[in-house]
Amino acid sequence: MKSILLTLVFWFCAMPAWAALDPAVVKQLGAEESDDKIAAIQQLGASANREAVKVLKALANDELYVAGDTIFLMDGDTAVDAVTGAALQPAPESYESITINNRIRAELTNAIASLRLLNPDREVRLAAARELQTNVGLEMVPILDRALARETDPEISSLLKLAQAQANLGSEDAAARLAAVHALADSASPNTRNLLLPLTRPDVEANEKIRQAAAAALKAIETQLAFGEFVGQIFSGLSLGSILLLAALGLAITYGVMGVINMAHGELLMVGAYATYFMQGLFRAYLPAYVDWYVVAAIPAAFLAAALVGMALERTVIRRLYGRPLETLLATWGLSLILIQAARVLFGAQNVELSNPGWMSGGVEVMAGLTLPWNRIVIIGFTLFVLALVWVLMQKTRLGLFVRAVTQNRAMAGCVGVPTARIDTLAFGLGAGIAGLGGVALSQIANVGPDMGQGYIVDSFMVVVLGGVGQLAGAVWAALGLGVVTKFLEGWAGAVIAKIVVLVIIIVIIQKRPQGLFALKGRFVEN
Amino acid sequence: MNAVQQDIGADANAPAVGHILQPGLDISHKVILYLDDISVSFDGFKALNKLSLAIDAGELRCIIGPNGAGKTTMMDVITGKTRPDSGTCFFGQTLDLTRMSEPEIAHAGIGRKFQKPTVFENHTVFENLELAMKMDKRARVSLFARLDDMGRDKIADTLRLIRLDPEADRVAGLLSHGQKQWLEIGMLLMQEPQLLLLDEPVAGMTDEETERTGELFKSLAGKHSLVVVEHDMAFIEQLGGKVTVLHEGSVLAEGNLAAVQADPRVIEVYLGR
Amino acid sequence: MPAPFTLRFLNSLSRTGWIAMALFAVIALGVLPALHLFVPEGSPLHVSGFVITLGGKLMCYAIVAVAMDLIWGYAGILSLGHGIFFALGGYAFGMYLMREIGTDGSYHSHLPDFMVFLDWKELPWYWAGTDSILWAAVLVLVVPALLAYVFGYFAFRSRIKGVYFSIITQALTLATMLLFFRNETGFGGNNGFTDFRRILGYDITSPEMRVILFGLSALVLMLTLLLGRYLVTSKLGRVLAAIRDSESRVMFMGYNPLHYKLFIWTLSAMLCAVAGALYVPQVGIINPSEMSPANSIEIAIWVAVGGRGTLIGPVIGAALVNLSKSYFTVAFPDYWLFFLGALFVMVTLWMPEGVVGLWKRIRTRRAA
Repeated sequence: MKSILLTLVFWFCAMPAWAALDPAVVKQLGAEESDDKIAAIQQLGASANREAVKVLKALANDELYVAGDTIFLMDGDTAVDAVTGAALQPAPESYESITINNRIRAELTNAIASLRLLNPDREVRLAAARELQTNVGLEMVPILDRALARETDPEISSLLKLAQAQANLGSEDAAARLAAVHALADSASPNTRNLLLPLTRPDVEANEKIRQAAAAALKAIETQLAFGEFVGQIFSGLSLGSILLLAALGLAITYGVMGVINMAHGELLMVGAYATYFMQGLFRAYLPAYVDWYVVAAIPAAFLAAALVGMALERTVIRRLYGRPLETLLATWGLSLILIQAARVLFGAQNVELSNPGWMSGGVEVMAGLTLPWNRIVIIGFTLFVLALVWVLMQKTRLGLFVRAVTQNRAMAGCVGVPTARIDTLAFGLGAGIAGLGGVALSQIANVGPDMGQGYIVDSFMVVVLGGVGQLAGAVWAALGLGVVTKFLEGWAGAVIAKIVVLVIIIVIIQKRPQGLFALKGRFVEN
Repeated sequence: MNAVQQDIGADANAPAVGHILQPGLDISHKVILYLDDISVSFDGFKALNKLSLAIDAGELRCIIGPNGAGKTTMMDVITGKTRPDSGTCFFGQTLDLTRMSEPEIAHAGIGRKFQKPTVFENHTVFENLELAMKMDKRARVSLFARLDDMGRDKIADTLRLIRLDPEADRVAGLLSHGQKQWLEIGMLLMQEPQLLLLDEPVAGMTDEETERTGELFKSLAGKHSLVVVEHDMAFIEQLGGKVTVLHEGSVLAEGNLAAVQADPRVIEVYLGR
Repeated sequence: MPAPFTLRFLNSLSRTGWIAMALFAVIALGVLPALHLFVPEGSPLHVSGFVITLGGKLMCYAIVAVAMDLIWGYAGILSLGHGIFFALGGYAFGMYLMREIGTDGSYHSHLPDFMVFLDWKELPWYWAGTDSILWAAVLVLVVPALLAYVFGYFAFRSRIKGVYFSIITQALTLATMLLFFRNETGFGGNNGFTDFRRILGYDITSPEMRVILFGLSALVLMLTLLLGRYLVTSKLGRVLAAIRDSESRVMFMGYNPLHYKLFIWTLSAMLCAVAGALYVPQVGIINPSEMSPANSIEIAIWVAVGGRGTLIGPVIGAALVNLSKSYFTVAFPDYWLFFLGALFVMVTLWMPEGVVGLWKRIRTRRAA
């Protein structure tokens, strides 16, 4: 008994819920004349019958067939009657596919769209409304009117209203056009700008009032777009600044503690990025279900990997060059060459592919024309998190106290029993680890290759120079400031000029304040 | 006396009445160094607090004071290394030290000897003295400069004075501590300064070296003016000049050593109550 | 009586120094050119064009190394962007060479090929006069000198030194390289200048021209060494060494370090520029990668390997490192960078005085 019930249920589910369409109209789809086909299409479009979508879509894809009096489409291997939705047994022997031309295609699109606008499923309606933003003509007005009358969702309503306004721009009625112009003034998308622009010309738009309204609307849109661009640039600047901060923070710590500029610092970023790549590979191979979380796993991995590499460098090479900063520059440059070549040999000279996990893909639309990408938002957040951690470490732990002591006065710290050699190694490891974290961030937005780190050493150093030694705040302000200023300059004069101008600005600032913007004051900071 | 005064047969001790301003050092009023209400603070800490001081031409003055009293900062202000927040500092009547750069001040005739010897370790004693010698020190002149006999004589004289003539070709880094101190004094003398600032010149010297240094200083006074900062009371007693006591950035007491040592304020500051 | 100039000049080199110099002159200006030009190709004594060009290149590098030693070994200024002066000199002479191609380029136009390609109708203003070799020579000397002077003035005046200065020179060369990579700058973009034909009407690839360029490089190298030797034994040299050891002390003595540093810095830049101008016709190409930060840092390692502050050391260092590079990039290309990196590390850790220092130590130990 149960099995019979189940079979019945299954059988009912398998059949498409098919409310019947008007057979005469469907039959007309197979007519010879295009005008007849179009009429049928329009009727189906206005029918507010969901099943008509399937039929019309099949027609658009050249998958609607006529055999004698029957119109059918293919559902897998079964022929399905277009009117009833029932399977045709046996399948028709001779049939032709119904031909369509461009005019019919245009009608199909509109008809399908209007049907979708009346679909009970919100997502379908939303998608249809969005598509209409860029593709709507005067003929859609009645459909839009009808859809608007029934639409209850505010987001879809506003989209529909915009589409309606766009359509009405071509209307004969001046009042309708004027109303449309006013409606579009609030939309602030580049598309409406293009629509409104011709309306300011007397040869296109005869009505003076409408021309003026269009000009005013354009102005409003321009202002909104400009504001959006401004905010976008600030965001880009903050994003760049956050990357610079991650890259430079580690350098600031090692430079503050040991007075060394580590030219291999960029390569520590690279180690972090490659560690992330390695994690991605691991997850893809052994934990594919959790692959979206490889980034989170990469954070401790990259930190550790970079820290270990950094500490190894410190113990073997850098500590032997203590007090000889210029030699340290050269030696660490040599180390960076070795690290880069090692990466080439291990991972290949080409960039490796890393994909953003799902929760970091895409963006959030903050205002018209301005979408902020998720990956950068996450990175800014991550930077703040790292900053907070480092602050806590430096201010609230013993290690941090020792590091600060050694930064300010090494000799004295040694005298009171701070193990300066071990602090050097640990501080270097910390700085390297932070660079590794920077590499994780970079891997999500930039290319990962053996020499990816080279571009960051000069910029990181600029941040350190500008921010002054020994203070976290300095590095933060310097990094963010440099990021924002660079982005604005880039937008204004191009990347190269931006770099040069930034360099000049930094030299000028160093002239006035050689210790940097936030340096520790007093006599012991003497270079 | 400057050239004009000599020409008109002026008496060096007569008060100058309407004399012509000459470029360079003007000591017609006997005072060679004038500090008036100098204040310097570092990040909230007042290193000098309305310090006022006057050194006569040809005098040998000793400055003493506990650590942190501002002795080194005072020298920094005089030589232009640190700009005072307020106050005036004059070299002679006319040279405002607060507006001159360090090389200009050195050229004007103020020489400083630091606590640590800062001779050029990689150059020989002779070369050190040659570098210090008072002459046109511009780059293009140095390019073609040659050491003439007069220069050689000056260096020889100084070598004799500082008793380093046997070490003339020795690399300065290999000298003993005391020898380095003398070399540095020699370098100072080569600049022919009018005013010598000496910051703990006998620190680390043996008793014999200290005594020899004292004799050297006494022989220099008169032609030069000397300001000596020291802690070694025996040395100060040997020098015999006027003593100024600094405390917390200003002058606490002034007078000869005996008077100052008996001053109760000085005793309190040095020994505590 | 003060020693006359000529006598002091002769004294700047020891007797062995003068003998070595004379020997070098004979070989470089006489023997090698003769063996290239007059000995037929099959003979074992023949010196091939490849060797002549390689030798010329090495000598140009040696000039740069000596120029670097003057500022680093003697004045303590480590520039990690010196390649820019070399490249600018090369570009300046390159402009002349491009003009000398005349209408023999692919487009048969009086404009260089890359300009025709970019659809430019006439030469930009800064190319004016570059068809004259004299003006090109002026540009070679003046443009890098001007850049060096202005940059040096601002940097030294704000007392930027040490590591700060080095990184800023890196930034300078990086920024200029980016500028030259762009096509709009009018210097051939990332392809640069190449396909040279003539100098003063004579074929640039002919053996005679090769030998002339080789000889000129040798001559300039010798003059550079002599000039360097004179400078370091002069009072200016001693002041520079003092500035290197303790700049604030020197200021207290009344010297203005700015002028001294500016002098040696600008001179060094000009020497590099001349080297660049001699280099470009010998290798036949100049492009912005000459300005890459890595190139400039390599110059420092030539000096370090040879021996800082010795003048002759850098010559040896430049030759050694570049010969190794030629060998490695052919035999073990994957390992060249490992070798170079290890060289940097080892020389700074264990051979701070370079090859010359090592040699001196061996000699004193043998004498002991």
